Amino acid sequence: MLHEFQVDPRLQEAPLKILIKGGRLIDPANGVDGPHDLLVDKGKIKQVSRPGQIAEPQLEGAKIIDATGLIVSPGFLDMHVHFREPGHEYKETIATGCLSAVAGGFTGVAVMPNTNPVNDNRSVTELILAQSKANGGTHVYPIPAISRGLKGEQLTDMAELAEAGAIGFSDDGRPVTSNELMRRALEYSRMFDLPVIQHSEVLDLTAGGCMNEGPISTELGLKGMPTEAEDIMVYRDIALLPKTGGRLHVAHISSAGAVDLVRQAKAKGLSVTCEVAPHHFILTDESVRGFDTNTKMSPPLRANRDVEAVKEGMKDGTIDIIATDHAPHAELDKQVEYSCAAFGIVGLETALPLSMEMVAEKIITLPSMIDMLTARPAKLFKLDKGNLAEGKDADITIFDPSAEYKIDITRFKSKSKNSPFDGRQVKGKIRYTIVKGKILFSEN
Amino acid sequence: MSQPALTAQDIQRALIRIAHEILERNKGADNLALVGIRTRGVPLAQRLIEQIKIIEGVEVPLGLLDITLYRDDVATGKQNPVLKKTDIPFAITEKTIVLVDDVLFTGRTIRAAIDELMDFGRPAGVQLAVLIDRGHRELPIRADFVGKNLPTSRDMRVQVQLAENDDTDQVILEKRVIDKGLNKRKED
Amino acid sequence: MPFPHKDLLGIGQLSKDDILTILDATESFKEISTRPIKKVPTLRGRTIVNLFFEPSTRTRTSFEIAGKRLSADVINVTGSTSSVTKGESLLDTAYNLEAMNPDILVVRHSASGVPHMLAQKINCSVINAGDGAHEHPTQALLDLATIREHKENFDGLKVAIVGDITHSRVARSNILAMKTLGMTVTVVGPPTLIPVGMESLGVRVSHNLEEAIADADVIMMLRIQEERHNQTSFPSLREYSILFGLTAEKLKKAKEDVIILHPGPVNRGVEISPDVIESGHCLILNQVNNGVAVRMTLMYLLLGGADENPN
Repeated sequence: MLHEFQVDPRLQEAPLKILIKGGRLIDPANGVDGPHDLLVDKGKIKQVSRPGQIAEPQLEGAKIIDATGLIVSPGFLDMHVHFREPGHEYKETIATGCLSAVAGGFTGVAVMPNTNPVNDNRSVTELILAQSKANGGTHVYPIPAISRGLKGEQLTDMAELAEAGAIGFSDDGRPVTSNELMRRALEYSRMFDLPVIQHSEVLDLTAGGCMNEGPISTELGLKGMPTEAEDIMVYRDIALLPKTGGRLHVAHISSAGAVDLVRQAKAKGLSVTCEVAPHHFILTDESVRGFDTNTKMSPPLRANRDVEAVKEGMKDGTIDIIATDHAPHAELDKQVEYSCAAFGIVGLETALPLSMEMVAEKIITLPSMIDMLTARPAKLFKLDKGNLAEGKDADITIFDPSAEYKIDITRFKSKSKNSPFDGRQVKGKIRYTIVKGKILFSEN
Repeated sequence: MSQPALTAQDIQRALIRIAHEILERNKGADNLALVGIRTRGVPLAQRLIEQIKIIEGVEVPLGLLDITLYRDDVATGKQNPVLKKTDIPFAITEKTIVLVDDVLFTGRTIRAAIDELMDFGRPAGVQLAVLIDRGHRELPIRADFVGKNLPTSRDMRVQVQLAENDDTDQVILEKRVIDKGLNKRKED
Repeated sequence: MPFPHKDLLGIGQLSKDDILTILDATESFKEISTRPIKKVPTLRGRTIVNLFFEPSTRTRTSFEIAGKRLSADVINVTGSTSSVTKGESLLDTAYNLEAMNPDILVVRHSASGVPHMLAQKINCSVINAGDGAHEHPTQALLDLATIREHKENFDGLKVAIVGDITHSRVARSNILAMKTLGMTVTVVGPPTLIPVGMESLGVRVSHNLEEAIADADVIMMLRIQEERHNQTSFPSLREYSILFGLTAEKLKKAKEDVIILHPGPVNRGVEISPDVIESGHCLILNQVNNGVAVRMTLMYLLLGGADENPN
């Protein structure tokens, strides 16, 4: 290996016997919401019981976590992250990305293929899986490319990739522009029943753009990226669904038009799902004033009416899951002219408190927030996760819903600190992240 | 309100005397010009010009000088004083210039005024007329014509009020109010 | 004179009082350029760095003359001679210049927001000499100084700004300043050169030159920068000129005392015809003259007030 890995010593330890007691267990997959104790043994959920009901002999040698006042949830799943390995390890590695994930309560993440080399073949997919097994800690699920080299010309060897562990396909970072290729991708992927994940953007409408097009881009003199660029692509992809019969997953939905299109398509019974990134329901393009390059991402921060539409989509179920689009960039990629700065922000370690703002605003309930971070992504991507039934893997996130603090980017475990949320007063803090019975993150 | 150090009548008498002295020293008003230093040197110069006209029947030209840009304390962290226009509507070269100001204190304003004047040409000579000389010089400068020598302590404040600016003619002496935010500097 | 700013990044940061303070002082600074010795010692020993990432002869020269008339040492660093072409990042360049302790950094850059970024990172005062399509505050201030020489009051004046609004930082800064001073602004051009949401800046949008200039007190013609356009912005310069070029014929529809401004350099015969330039309504040279005085004013105000009134 050319670079050193940060190896978490806790990964070497055997799984613990753990009793989590006194907490409120919210397990949407099993319709559970209430006070329960949880016994973990040998990396599995051994027993779920009413408080105090787990028999004394069972508890011998167990580490006890007092979860009084805390929420006990299945481990969070983030189906959209960029870990930059291989190729851009100065921004993030699988090891640091996994540290960031568990710090944010995520026990499983899906990594996008825009690495160098691109994850468009079995060997890169296997490298990612091997690295995560050795140095990761959290579960890492590869999402290989739809097209070779992300060039949008020729399909990748999807069958081989599916066998190697792909959970979906995406050219994320770039859209699949070719109508023909997108049609073929939706058709071909049907054989494996895996979703095709689209970064929805019509490139000739956004060329040179660096923020949402609207009054603010006009005022700031920055080239805009109109919402139509997203709407048109979502419309086209949906139009391809009835005959191809594929599964379309719209990544990081951000425009009112796109939310509406997905809503209509779902009403028609088409196989389309979508995700939203926290920054798209928290911030508007107003944040770009001041030219902080940490407000630059793709899709860009949208206008207020789009943010309202996204929230409405979360409320009525049009939007299926929350995914962060964790996109680490080093200072040298961000400390430049706004128009030259890299797109994207880190998201793993701010996802919980930002999502909790939607709960506080009564857009979604706490159980449905957890559902969007656990059971629903597991279902969409056919993972046997996001479920705390007895016998399942002990992937558990424990958080304090009422802890208040200020986001501090210097405390991020991610290698990159590119977040516009530094200093934001928030509520909701991860206390424990347990992966297969190992406590990989704890903070009290 | 303290007793005025000079009343309106005192000021009037002093200006008449200075006008006579200027004419005496320069043997008439030929080749003479008065330049008032903003703000209160300007009305004093105007009044002197009127007196000279009464005595000599000649109207000598008037120039206005704003010395702000020639101060030695611009951009030292103090707030900028209000800048007004400098207006010298005649060629000063080979003229005898009488600079007019209200109070002579450290001499720094006069230093700045002479510097600025020199940027307009090469006068035959420069003289200085002030209404009050309060002492405490920091530079080797003295006045040629003085209305009244007024011994003061450094922390006193000499306030010249003229009808043109302040509705009344008088000079008052008061304890200086130390106000760090607003630098009252029109005193030297 | 309270001028509570460390930097001049845009008109957006200025209050009405700030703008009037600058314009009042500008009238005094204009006098200096009429003296036999056009120099005052105010900023003796001070260093001003003109950091220009975009070619510009007139703006750079104007800042240079302004600094020199205040006795400052003025150094020009241009895109072609600086380290920028050697792969040094913008911030490296700025840090290196700052290590030489300048008092003012005058910045021109083709990317919006660069002066803001530099102002956050370095300690000296920053003056925005034009950033991308964002702001060009000294240009707007010199335009206002020119308008003030010819019109009684700002309040209620009607202005038509004609041309490529999308790419114009001059238009943006002027709109902000003019709205602050109570003027009515109409932007005029084909819809493809008027950006989305223009009305939210409080201006009227028109696509008809004759109609828009009929009741204008001030017409501001913008330069058409051919190099900035892809082929979709307008079909041809010829058609643009027919629709939006200001000619003596069209000017007949305007008020007798209308004044015409242009930030220069002029494309004669494209946005403005030679007979209009010669007409006496056109104040391009007054603008240039006021440019020096406005920039002297800002250098004086920023350095005078900086220590006690950090932004």
